[in-house]
Amino acid sequence: MNELTRKRIRISDIVLKALILLSAVITTAVVAAIIIYIVKRGLEGMSLNFITTAAFSYPYENYGILGNIINTLYIIIITLLVAVPIGVGAAIYLTEYAKRSRLTTIIEFATETLAGIPSIIYGLFGSVFFYNLFRLQYSILSGSLTLSLMILPTIIRTTEEAIKTVPISYREGAMGIGATKWYMIRTVILPCCIDGILTSVILSIGRIVGESAALLFTAGIAAELPNFKSFTDIFTKAGGAGGTLTVQLYQYAQRGGGEMKYAFSTALVLLIVVMVINVFAKLAARKFRKV
Amino acid sequence: MEDTVKLTGTVSVKKSEAALIKKTSRAVRKNATETVMKIVLFICGITGVASVILITLYMILSGAPAIAKIGIINFLFGDTWYAKKGEFGILPMILTSITGTTGAIIIGVPMGLLTAVFLAETAPKSLRNAVKPAIELLAGIPSVIYGLLGAVLVKPVFYYLEELIYKDDPTHKFTGGANLASAMVVLSIMILPTIINISETAIKAVPEEFREASYGLGATHIQTIFKVVIPAAKSGIASGVVLGVGRAIGEAMAIMLVAGNSANMPALFNSVKFLTTGVVAEFSYSSGLHRQALFGIGLVLFVFIIIINIILNVILKSGRKGTAQ
Amino acid sequence: MSENNNNNTVKIHTKDVNLWYGENHALKDITLDIFSNKITAFIGPSGCGKSTYLKTLNRMNDIIPNVKITGDIQLDGQDIYDSRVDVNALRKKIGMVFQKPNPFPMSIYDNIAYGPRIHGIRSKARLDEIVENSLKGAAIFDEVKDRLHKSALGLSGGQQQRICIARAIAVEPEVILMDEPTSALDPISTLKIEELMSILKEKYTVAIVTHNMQQATRISDYTAFFLVGEMIEYGDTEQIFSHPVDKRTNDYITGRFG
Repeated sequence: MNELTRKRIRISDIVLKALILLSAVITTAVVAAIIIYIVKRGLEGMSLNFITTAAFSYPYENYGILGNIINTLYIIIITLLVAVPIGVGAAIYLTEYAKRSRLTTIIEFATETLAGIPSIIYGLFGSVFFYNLFRLQYSILSGSLTLSLMILPTIIRTTEEAIKTVPISYREGAMGIGATKWYMIRTVILPCCIDGILTSVILSIGRIVGESAALLFTAGIAAELPNFKSFTDIFTKAGGAGGTLTVQLYQYAQRGGGEMKYAFSTALVLLIVVMVINVFAKLAARKFRKV
Repeated sequence: MEDTVKLTGTVSVKKSEAALIKKTSRAVRKNATETVMKIVLFICGITGVASVILITLYMILSGAPAIAKIGIINFLFGDTWYAKKGEFGILPMILTSITGTTGAIIIGVPMGLLTAVFLAETAPKSLRNAVKPAIELLAGIPSVIYGLLGAVLVKPVFYYLEELIYKDDPTHKFTGGANLASAMVVLSIMILPTIINISETAIKAVPEEFREASYGLGATHIQTIFKVVIPAAKSGIASGVVLGVGRAIGEAMAIMLVAGNSANMPALFNSVKFLTTGVVAEFSYSSGLHRQALFGIGLVLFVFIIIINIILNVILKSGRKGTAQ
Repeated sequence: MSENNNNNTVKIHTKDVNLWYGENHALKDITLDIFSNKITAFIGPSGCGKSTYLKTLNRMNDIIPNVKITGDIQLDGQDIYDSRVDVNALRKKIGMVFQKPNPFPMSIYDNIAYGPRIHGIRSKARLDEIVENSLKGAAIFDEVKDRLHKSALGLSGGQQQRICIARAIAVEPEVILMDEPTSALDPISTLKIEELMSILKEKYTVAIVTHNMQQATRISDYTAFFLVGEMIEYGDTEQIFSHPVDKRTNDYITGRFG
């Protein structure tokens, strides 16, 4: 036994190691508790009826979220239709057309800022802006336009990343045989970036599904089933109010009491949707990175 | 003489020239597309800027009138918020948002940072693969679900504690668990994924050579982590904390059901209104000056967020300078 | 190596050392003794194992996964791979300077004080003393004494490397291992550090990996030639470079392969 073999026992080492493990355990336990609890209580109010019918109170009380599911789908589709072209377009502009200048710095700063604004402010903004501009009251359209601003930064950033991974040699090859810029972008770069754009779309769907505060002020809380009497009704529905799954969850939870279990059932549905989206996003991202 | 080709009704040109003209007109059409797309893409590019400008404009336009009517001092520093009686002082809400966020940071940052250390440095691969997906899931959970679980799991705990602590206190207004303390806990869990992910990235980005030098001097793994790696990662970690602050201050739905709904001064077991919960709670039935005052709160919140964003940018910039070689 | 001459004491004794990175047999039966207060150089072409061998001496290979080491490595007669050995105490005794200067992103003072603090020294007076002595020992005190609390990253490459040397000697090691310490530096800094090494050997035992043969001839007392994981020849530096015994050594020294 000498200097080399006298093992120093550092108390701080042991304490810190314990705290590190404890933190990880607590964090994981919290997640596990969330999932287990939602599943357990969610199953209580769950039934086929719950997912396949919309809520109504006459002639008898029925609890169902089909109306909300449809509203959520509407919002997802419209938001993506607006945000994806603009976002991809902005990303293309930033990477392919604009030179590093004051303007690009401003655009990047603006995108960062947009990403940091909390949803409640988007909600307040949406409730006045789209009313002023389009005379929209509580409506799905209003909610979608608000959300498209929210997800714009995500789409721009991810698409930018994807575009940057396209090797310069592709561009040079195309330009070298006389292709014009937009033509080259459309036929060479964009196809390469489909995976990245897809990833951003899936991530955005996740955000849209989870959003609540912004929609509360813009899309409202209506939960009835759409009444499609003609083809154009499909489109005019967007002009009417529509509460999404998250908003409905909040309604049930707020009312509490016997309706609490429906809040959990809605939460269970949301959780499954979110998990599925997560899986898809990871698959898409893996494909994206393999390029 | 070369064959001629009829270009249009009366114009005939040589065949060779015709080919050139056809090519040029296709080129002109292509150029038109090019120019159009350039403009379209430019418009897309500045949509972000336009949006920020519009949002700022509308927040100011919607919020300023109320503040002007109520008087900025009364608004910001008034300690009573009672819409029915026309009292619109938001000091309790401002202080609540600040203390609530601070509490969330105090609880969430140490736990998040240590969990990040676990993931980045000390976890064996099997545990890491178990914990990482859990964090990702936590990040994706919608805030209303946090709110729901807060109401059902966190509130009762603080209800119990409240009964315990204040059982002999006749002056305490019992909140049934819907108070600042519950809100702090819910907020801290919400910001965990942000703190963990950003800290983990920052820790992993610390160059291996610093760790090697530390081991070479005889330091243990834990010593290396806390005395070299974390200090080296501090600007990244700080940016994560600031982002967490931004999330916490802007959060509404997650704490609606657990914060209580009275505009009291912040105290752990008081029923409180945050800037955010105040707006959400009263928006639907408000009108006139009341509604305008809510927009005023929105403006105050907006200013807070802008300040936090600026701080974030400053930290990121100084971080880049610090590690520049 | 034939015999010990001049009554040198053996500081580090290695016998039949083998090392595998997974399936790759990187070191094959290395046997050599490193003498106290002498500078021993390891030379050889890239990838021959000399850095790997150096790192076995202070167990830096322990950090790499999938590494297997067999054989005998002794410091002052004691097996350093014995399971009872505290590897942190070992590294206090055997210090290391790396190829690319790697001062911590901290002040010069904190860089030097890092080692002593790790090993329990808290008193400011004592730390001040150690910092000053270490910086003097690395021949850089005068250059930095007015900016001790500024970041070490603000120094030039050569200065940073001397800070790293000062940092290494601050924990009062007995052996200093140097892994190509000047290959990333300019000629003037290189010369300064070579001068420093001649002074260092008075207090410490130095082992240095270098791909610069002139450097080996300039500063080392003993030289070992490595090739493809084997130690081909080891002896007095003068003898190795003027009358190498093995043909391969001769080929390398005369530049037939690099």
